[in-house]
Amino acid sequence: MPDQQSSVVAAGSPAATTAGGADGAGTPSRGSGVRTRGRGGARGDRASLGSALLWLGPALLLIAGVVVYPAIELVRASMSKFSITGLRLGDAGWTNYTNVLDHPLLPTVLVNTIVWVVAVVALTIVISLGVAQFLTKDFRGRKLVRWAIIVPWAASLVITAKTFVMIYDFYYGTANLLLSKFGLGPVDFLGSDTWIMPSMILVGVFVSIPFTAYVFVAGLGAIPRDVYEAARVDGASPFQVWWRITLPLLRPALLVAAVLNIIYVFNSFPIIYTLNDRNPGFSHDTTITFMYKLAFKSAEKDVGMSAAAGVFNVLLILVVVMVYLRFTRWREETA
Amino acid sequence: MSTVTETGTGSTSRGNSSVAPQGGSRRSGWQRHRSWVLPVAGAALALVFLAPYIVMLLNSLRPSSDVVQTPPTFFPREWQLSTYSQILTDERFLNWLKTSVIVAGSSTLIVILVSIPAAYYTARFRFPGRMAFLLLVLVTQMFSPTALVVGIYREWFNFNMVNTYAALILTNAAFNLAFAVWILHGFFASIPKEVEEAANLDGCSRFGTLRRVMLPLTMPGIVTAVIFTFIAAWNEYVVALTLMLDESKKPLTVGITSYVTGYEQHWDQLFAAAIVAIVPVVVLFAVIEKHLVGGLTAGSVK
Repeated sequence: MPDQQSSVVAAGSPAATTAGGADGAGTPSRGSGVRTRGRGGARGDRASLGSALLWLGPALLLIAGVVVYPAIELVRASMSKFSITGLRLGDAGWTNYTNVLDHPLLPTVLVNTIVWVVAVVALTIVISLGVAQFLTKDFRGRKLVRWAIIVPWAASLVITAKTFVMIYDFYYGTANLLLSKFGLGPVDFLGSDTWIMPSMILVGVFVSIPFTAYVFVAGLGAIPRDVYEAARVDGASPFQVWWRITLPLLRPALLVAAVLNIIYVFNSFPIIYTLNDRNPGFSHDTTITFMYKLAFKSAEKDVGMSAAAGVFNVLLILVVVMVYLRFTRWREETA
Repeated sequence: MSTVTETGTGSTSRGNSSVAPQGGSRRSGWQRHRSWVLPVAGAALALVFLAPYIVMLLNSLRPSSDVVQTPPTFFPREWQLSTYSQILTDERFLNWLKTSVIVAGSSTLIVILVSIPAAYYTARFRFPGRMAFLLLVLVTQMFSPTALVVGIYREWFNFNMVNTYAALILTNAAFNLAFAVWILHGFFASIPKEVEEAANLDGCSRFGTLRRVMLPLTMPGIVTAVIFTFIAAWNEYVVALTLMLDESKKPLTVGITSYVTGYEQHWDQLFAAAIVAIVPVVVLFAVIEKHLVGGLTAGSVK
């Protein structure tokens, strides 16, 4: 989960939420929030709006001031003209939006984004499933393995990405050193149009696995043991057990991991920004780094156009969030 | 979750291993070998996930000229430990470190102070707008500051606060609030109401109950929230990159990339600084690893 640092640990944050998702029983956290509504007072006393505001006030202020306000500023900026120094010059109407839509590299950027998100999320989920099943086994040193696996999750993404820049280096990199042992390479991982995307995807998958595997470990732990006993008594083969029992019962965890990963991977910034740093233009950017470079790195420093691109990004994320909310309701109805 | 599969019986059925679930020789063969096959496979897996960080460590222990020399070698041709003392006396590095500590520390403090009352209240009471509030928190959790970064920049530009610690601290606090609220909400909700009522009968005020009874019981949740928030703020990149233009006010994540630019190439210092930046957070993360999994599986026990 790439930008999880904000991303990864942001990656961390869904952990709490996923708890609700992964188990099917509903954790106190979201479960109570959504589900017990209307059951009024089944758990918890009624309270007035006034005293609620007192306790929630600081949180509301913080969210309003630093999340909602920037969102409004983003929309406002997307309809404004700016000087190169950032002063607002006046209204731009919809020009910033049409400029984004007419940008010659927009199709490339969109394709990159789709490839990036689909490849990273799909590979992450498949590999994490294997890692998680391995981690639920009992063996000596399991704890050490779990600690090793959280390192990419805990470490700063930009630092990990910077290390990969060196690992991928054409002349000095460890990757080509390894390839040469097998008589392969050298490959210009970050400089060639063919290799840069797969190289970035590999890093994206690498940093997304820890969080995802942990979600699956929790999901696997939530499957009652007697279900397996029953299947074994009925003579199911290991594959049948996995396919007919493990996978279906893991479905809530799978869906949570998929949706959260889609959001994080889509939002991912440091990996692409760092690994793609030496390539000029936008031909290997996703919509997020495209947006960032428009405002802060291109010659034009076009804040308005970048904000318009940002609005598109926010809308896309909102759609995924809606899907997520819907799905959690689905879970509650069937639970 | 701690009671994972003691016996081979349980785990063979779970794994996608090719082992037959029942019957004679194959299984006992696996039983004999799994005691070493699993640890060896585990070590290999650990190595894969540690590999880039091993490269990082080895590169921090060799001169920059050895990092960029053809043909590359995995182990240093020449070992050099002095890089660490070099960066720890480098004023630039110390400034970045200072920023990281100030920003991550202050953000964490704000998050905890703000999230405890919110989490406690939403866990204990029904009131109009409660669900709307929890939904709002959930949505902010989904939004990394990345997508909003232009708006965030405009906000602090308007307030003339670009390049200030306060801007970075408040931004980090706001976007990490959700995690703390969720995890604490879960902890508060899991404490039986009777505990609180007993405290009330004994004459504790609402606030006194929270402080004397509830908070001690939610300590693991608070520790988890503190560490998570601290790490998130410590590792934050895109907002710091955008707001902290002054070299001396950059945090570590942004600052250390200036060890290797078009003008200077101090790979040794870059990697030594990277080690200094990630070792503390990895250790902290390992501390809450148990709570993290506990938090992930808490609901399933019910």
